[in-house]
Amino acid sequence: MPTLTYRDALNQALREEMQRDPSVFLMGEEVGVYQGAYKVSRGLLEEFGPMRVVDTPIAELGFAGVGVGAAMAGLRPVIEFMTWNFAVLALDQIVNSAAKILYESGGQVPIPIVFRGPNGAALQLAAQHSQAWESWLAHIPGLKVVAPATPADAKGLLKAAIRDDNPVIVLEGEMLYNTKGDVPEGEHVVPIGKADVKRAGTDVTLICHSKTVVPALKAAEQLQEQGVSAEVVDLRSLRPMDEETLVASVVKTNRCVVAEEGWPHCGIGAQVVDIIQREAFDSLDAPVLRVTQADVPMPYNKQLERAAKPSPEKIVAAARRVCYLD
Amino acid sequence: MATATAQPAKDEALLELQRRMLRQMLLVRRFEEKAAEAYALGKIGGFCHLYIGQEAVAAGSLAALRDDDYVICSYREHGQALVRGVPANAVMAELFGKATGCSRGKGGSMHLFDVSRRFMGGHAIVGGHIPLAAGLGFAIKYRGGDQVCLCYFGEAAVNIGVFHEALNMASVWKLPIIFCCENNRYGMGTAFERVAAVTDVVEHACSYDMAAELVNGMDAMAVYGATERAAERARKTGHPTLLEVRTYRFMGHSMSDPLHGVYRTKEEVEEQKKRDPISQLALKLKEEGALDGPALDALDAEVRAVVEAAVQFADQSPDPDLAELTSHVLVE
Repeated sequence: MPTLTYRDALNQALREEMQRDPSVFLMGEEVGVYQGAYKVSRGLLEEFGPMRVVDTPIAELGFAGVGVGAAMAGLRPVIEFMTWNFAVLALDQIVNSAAKILYESGGQVPIPIVFRGPNGAALQLAAQHSQAWESWLAHIPGLKVVAPATPADAKGLLKAAIRDDNPVIVLEGEMLYNTKGDVPEGEHVVPIGKADVKRAGTDVTLICHSKTVVPALKAAEQLQEQGVSAEVVDLRSLRPMDEETLVASVVKTNRCVVAEEGWPHCGIGAQVVDIIQREAFDSLDAPVLRVTQADVPMPYNKQLERAAKPSPEKIVAAARRVCYLD
Repeated sequence: MATATAQPAKDEALLELQRRMLRQMLLVRRFEEKAAEAYALGKIGGFCHLYIGQEAVAAGSLAALRDDDYVICSYREHGQALVRGVPANAVMAELFGKATGCSRGKGGSMHLFDVSRRFMGGHAIVGGHIPLAAGLGFAIKYRGGDQVCLCYFGEAAVNIGVFHEALNMASVWKLPIIFCCENNRYGMGTAFERVAAVTDVVEHACSYDMAAELVNGMDAMAVYGATERAAERARKTGHPTLLEVRTYRFMGHSMSDPLHGVYRTKEEVEEQKKRDPISQLALKLKEEGALDGPALDALDAEVRAVVEAAVQFADQSPDPDLAELTSHVLVE
């Protein structure tokens, strides 16, 4: 199986879907001539031309709306945001148009659109450029939200998102673009709504998604050295959420830590904990703990930033606490 | 001579167009009057924004469109829906929230949809549908079609940022869109000149190198002519047009608001009513000998019957099944 970067896996998904379906087009800032701010769209303008790889002005609300309008007419737009921090400007179109038009039209107007781009913090980009928006987006009925962690999932979930007849949010990770992994060639579609057990274990479940899968896997290795067998469950899809897989894991391990890049208050982890307390209450041997970004705007200083972010060490510490080792 | 015989035929076609527009405008007027009554009786809930006074805009502009063109509106869209041909029964039933409504009772007054007529909705965030129009125009261009997209919005939407984003993209990408600003002078209770540095909406077109026209919105034929010119431009060259159509609403902003009071005087409203677009068109047709009193009365009686039947239809229609609560959130 070929080894690809996360970036190139996304590129492959876009290219294959644009070859497969002439109604798929890519629109966003710097996607064409510049080849993508993060080079996800490299080579696509040359292959598909400017009508299908469309450079936009810096007008997130406007071009998000253009995408929704094109979807109303039956096209399948992929709208790239340079980062999700800028997509906050486009939330009216995502929330009030994309997510609602099917419902308020009584089912007449499907919106088959993908909104994608990097989400969460990179390195020292400070408060306005270092935010994880998934709990905002996953809150909205009418949207699907996925957050792939590996190159294979990035390809498979983006292909699934483009083929879906609903608005799908694809949250990528700026720090993940260079990570490498095996990626199946050709037809590789990961169904939306399915979590993935990235590492099997018996003593504690570590639930994570997107960029926190990497520190969770590192934490599991460290815990193994300490005699604790951790199972790592990658949610992959945040809406719908695969309750069955995560509950099955907690029923097996009886202990759980939820890690995410976002802030703690009303975060994705809060939703996960709600599911676990409801569906696995009798299986729990300890309260579920959460590892999140510190409840502050992201600082610029490198040490402060490191202190604010989830890390393998923080996940290990939380796992040891739910195992009553500390 | 060919011209001698062609001229009366053309005149007759124009008169027929005006009679048709007059009927549409009367239908909208009587429909909205009934909607006001039904709202007062509690049969219509939520927000309900009436179109009374602005009928010439919908009738004139939609007469210039083809069936395969797209139409998209703000939340003051009962008139456009009716003129576009959405049955009065389906529109009234939607206002009543019934299963037989054009959006199955799930949209209401502000979200009328009829995809079979390419009526792509009422949208209720001010200005939010303007980029959707640009997207519909983009799809037309993407597929190489010669349709147009006609987008209605009020003058207050011009102060929203996305109006400018959408006009810029429509112009730079040459999208076949008619941006039809219905300037009725007031954004709810705020006079446009109190909140807009540039009060001639048409002037904004020059920022986006766009063709534009200022139109008398109380004259259905003037609206028709301007829209026809814009549609031809869009079909032949792909270029968008900004129309500023000066009109006036005789009712409050919504059914919750007074007709006049703190933000405009009774005298102003009465003065504007002298420009009633329906009376003006009826008078014109009478002067041209194309309509007499009894014919106008018959027309009015006919549309009143249509509206009365629509109220009965809506009244007798069932509520949506409770299972409708969770359907259409996603395409399954």
